[in-house]
Amino acid sequence: MAAASNNPPLLEVRNLRVEFPTRRGTLLAVDDVSFDIAPGEVLGVVGESGAGKSLTGNAIIGLLEPPGRIAGGEIRLEGRRIDNLPYEEMRKIRGARIGAIFQDPLTSLNPLYSVGRQLIETIQTHLGLSNSAARTRAIDLLKEVGIPGAEMRIDHYPHQFSGGMRQRVVIALALCAGPRLIVADEPTTALDVSIQAQIIALLKRLCREHQTAVMLVTHDMGVIAETADRVAVMYAGRVAEIGPVRDVVKHAQHPYTKGLMGSIPSLGVRHERLTQIDGAMPRLTEIPKGCAFNPRCTVHGARCLIERPELMTAGSSRAACWRHDAGGVGQPVSKEMVDA
Amino acid sequence: MTDSDVWWSFKSSPLTVTAAVATILIVAIAFLSPILAPHTPFDPATLSLSDGLKPPVLISSDGDWTFPLGTDDQGRDILSSIMYGTRLSLVVGIASVVVAMTLGITLGLLSGYLGGAVDAVIMRIADVQLTFPAILVALLIDGVVRTVISVQRHDEIALFVIVGAIGLSFWVQYARTVRGSVLVEKNKEYVQAARVIGLSPLVIMVRHVLPNVTGPVLVIATINLGLAIITEATLSFLGVGLPSTEPSLGTLIRLGNEVLQSGDWWITVFPGVTLAALVLAVNLLGDWLRDALNPKLR
Amino acid sequence: MLAFILRRLLQSIAVLLTVGLVAFSLFRYVGDPINAMVGQDTPAQEREALREKLGLNDSPPVQFVRFIANAAQGKFGLSYRTSEPVGSMIVERMPATLELSFCAALFALLVGVPMGVYTGLYPNHWSSRLFQAVSLIGISLPTFLIGILLILVFAVWLHWLPSFGRGETVQIGWWTTNFLTVKGLQALILPSITLGLFQLTLLMRLVRSEMLEVMRTDYIKFARARGLSNRAVNFGHALKNTLVPVITVTGLQLGALIAFAIVTETVFAWPGVGQLFIQSVQFSDIPVMAAYLMLIGLLFVLINLTVDLLYFAVDPRLRAQGTARAAGH
Repeated sequence: MAAASNNPPLLEVRNLRVEFPTRRGTLLAVDDVSFDIAPGEVLGVVGESGAGKSLTGNAIIGLLEPPGRIAGGEIRLEGRRIDNLPYEEMRKIRGARIGAIFQDPLTSLNPLYSVGRQLIETIQTHLGLSNSAARTRAIDLLKEVGIPGAEMRIDHYPHQFSGGMRQRVVIALALCAGPRLIVADEPTTALDVSIQAQIIALLKRLCREHQTAVMLVTHDMGVIAETADRVAVMYAGRVAEIGPVRDVVKHAQHPYTKGLMGSIPSLGVRHERLTQIDGAMPRLTEIPKGCAFNPRCTVHGARCLIERPELMTAGSSRAACWRHDAGGVGQPVSKEMVDA
Repeated sequence: MTDSDVWWSFKSSPLTVTAAVATILIVAIAFLSPILAPHTPFDPATLSLSDGLKPPVLISSDGDWTFPLGTDDQGRDILSSIMYGTRLSLVVGIASVVVAMTLGITLGLLSGYLGGAVDAVIMRIADVQLTFPAILVALLIDGVVRTVISVQRHDEIALFVIVGAIGLSFWVQYARTVRGSVLVEKNKEYVQAARVIGLSPLVIMVRHVLPNVTGPVLVIATINLGLAIITEATLSFLGVGLPSTEPSLGTLIRLGNEVLQSGDWWITVFPGVTLAALVLAVNLLGDWLRDALNPKLR
Repeated sequence: MLAFILRRLLQSIAVLLTVGLVAFSLFRYVGDPINAMVGQDTPAQEREALREKLGLNDSPPVQFVRFIANAAQGKFGLSYRTSEPVGSMIVERMPATLELSFCAALFALLVGVPMGVYTGLYPNHWSSRLFQAVSLIGISLPTFLIGILLILVFAVWLHWLPSFGRGETVQIGWWTTNFLTVKGLQALILPSITLGLFQLTLLMRLVRSEMLEVMRTDYIKFARARGLSNRAVNFGHALKNTLVPVITVTGLQLGALIAFAIVTETVFAWPGVGQLFIQSVQFSDIPVMAAYLMLIGLLFVLINLTVDLLYFAVDPRLRAQGTARAAGH
């Protein structure tokens, strides 16, 4: 796997804020989120539903659904700022530089067009190939994602494919123009468990071969542990912990991350029984003062009730917790350290 | 949805409130026309041809404040004609909705409860009838009645003929809704239990099914009221509805249309605007009721 | 697919036979055909002889079969009112109604669908709200009132367009057409708008709500994520997915169009089949009513069959089910 360090980042997200104006006031759904993705790197983003992970992904591909909007921060792709581009400029980046994969392959494909047509129109939009060249590339892509009989299957309609095969087609569509980054939002959630592993393996292999970075959004810590190079844990719109996947899994710093690890059966951490985190993530309207996790935290102190923790270096990871090293109080990470 | 939610959704839609106020106003004025109307336009004794074809006061100095909206060629006051005409249009509209509702609910209950051949026959008739627009069915029924009875007799019972004709052409939707609900309830345990203790399951079902379908039936009825009023107006306009001795809004528009070419527009336009306003208000209420009571009905 | 079409054909024939039964009952039992054909003072034997000759003494099923057989050849007897053969009366007036309905449908589709797409894509734009409000008024205005108002404005006040009749027509074989003369085309304008306006508003509202629904789907979001142009997303992907309901409603509304042609033809003194039908209702001309009923039944069945076939053209999922079902039989 590509190393995360030293290379200039492919994607930089800095202090991203996404808000939703509602009748009862503006909700901050993504609050001051920062992270990098290096070329070829797989970043897992994990958290409960409502933690803001899908919104972060949508903000990156520039498809936040109104009335949601980016309220602050920056997103840079290969050094170029993309969060404030006009729609038409961003459209040329979508599909070409950033591919996307959505949760449900059953509904991601237009039922009225053959998969070939959908592949070819995407290829021609971005690469300007002739009809026959685009068709050849489409067949190659279908072969690459492991669809048997691609020459024949290309003229089939989505309903003629199984769920797993459809997700392969969706992956082929995301790879059409050779993007540098793929934002994969819960790519296996809607699939049978037996097929999930195949799709993840395929995604991993393709991205390694094409040197494509992936932002893998999921609530499944198991998938992340198998696939990702680094992982960001999100809670109530903020990053709770971010770091190399081995370190986060083995030595979770944030109590929430520890709880998440405790709920996974297959990670080798010996527990008499699976633990679970009591309570539920607070609604965006009711985020408590101090650390958002404090009502569910078993180890919180007085400071956690008053002051919100920033990400602080803790070994090779960074965690937003006043008590992540159980003993003393960590030092807030300075801006320079994040950028480094 | 609880009643307070319905009330809330009503209050929060200014358009609906306006529509409701307009409906109530039109209905009240129409039914109070014997008291409110300045003239009795269809009593020949009160008419004078010298009052004929007076234009509305506001647009012409020839106008006469006794006839604020002008008069027709017979010297009838347009305003009073409209008030009486609206009353008649409303009576026919409401009566035919009641006929359609009664017929539809009864046939729907029978169809769902009895099943088998009865169900098949009723539902096939419904299918075939649904292929034809209601206005065509109503026209056909009216045509048949005209053939069977004499012209004079027809004018006497025209009101009942047209109510029957429109009623018969709108029953299908009610029947389908009620039948669907009966089929759901039929196999529930309380119906079986009623059978065991010797109660007629039909009685039990009527008691349980009817409250269930009140919402949808009310929505269909409101939307159909607008349609029924339009259908009556159309039939009367075509000259197969209410006779000119007892004119509804549609008849008034037809009478005005006969002299339209000479430019006396007010005879047609004012009843027309009244009709459009009434139907629009009722339709708005129907739209709102549909959304408020059952979003799935859309 | 073949099996599906065959089944639809059988259903259509069943509907036609039912309509035929109603028409036959009208024809045979409502009013006495003999009374309409002979004078008041015709002796009873003569009536009986005529009765026998016309086959009115045969058993009802035999008469019904004869009625249907005759109807299939376009023979519906003589009009009570004019004593002309009903079949030729209808054929003579058919082109006027068909040309009017065609123009009205075209008007409704060409204006209603784009307006629906626009209001669906930009639901919050002020012009969309305006279209919505106007369409609600359009739905609440009865057809005949629209016609009268158009006549008042464009014929009586402005003198731009004729208010009644077909204007000039050209005879091509048995077909008379409005399309080949300027006056004929002018005469078409107001009636077509009158007849088409209700369908237009209906189509607009339908396309709008379908568009709004489709724009929320995952495949539209995914199409955007693939970087397709707005045009490709809106018209290539979204619009096509609204087509199935649009086709259904257009089909159903074509039937309504022909029924409401009765009203429009009356308003504009348009010499079509609808006007003939209204006269037959007013004069209790049962054979014409029966023939009209059969004709409308046939048209509706044909329209429904066409709609079914169009579904197959639009939606590949149906094609697959159709073949699967056909293979199963």
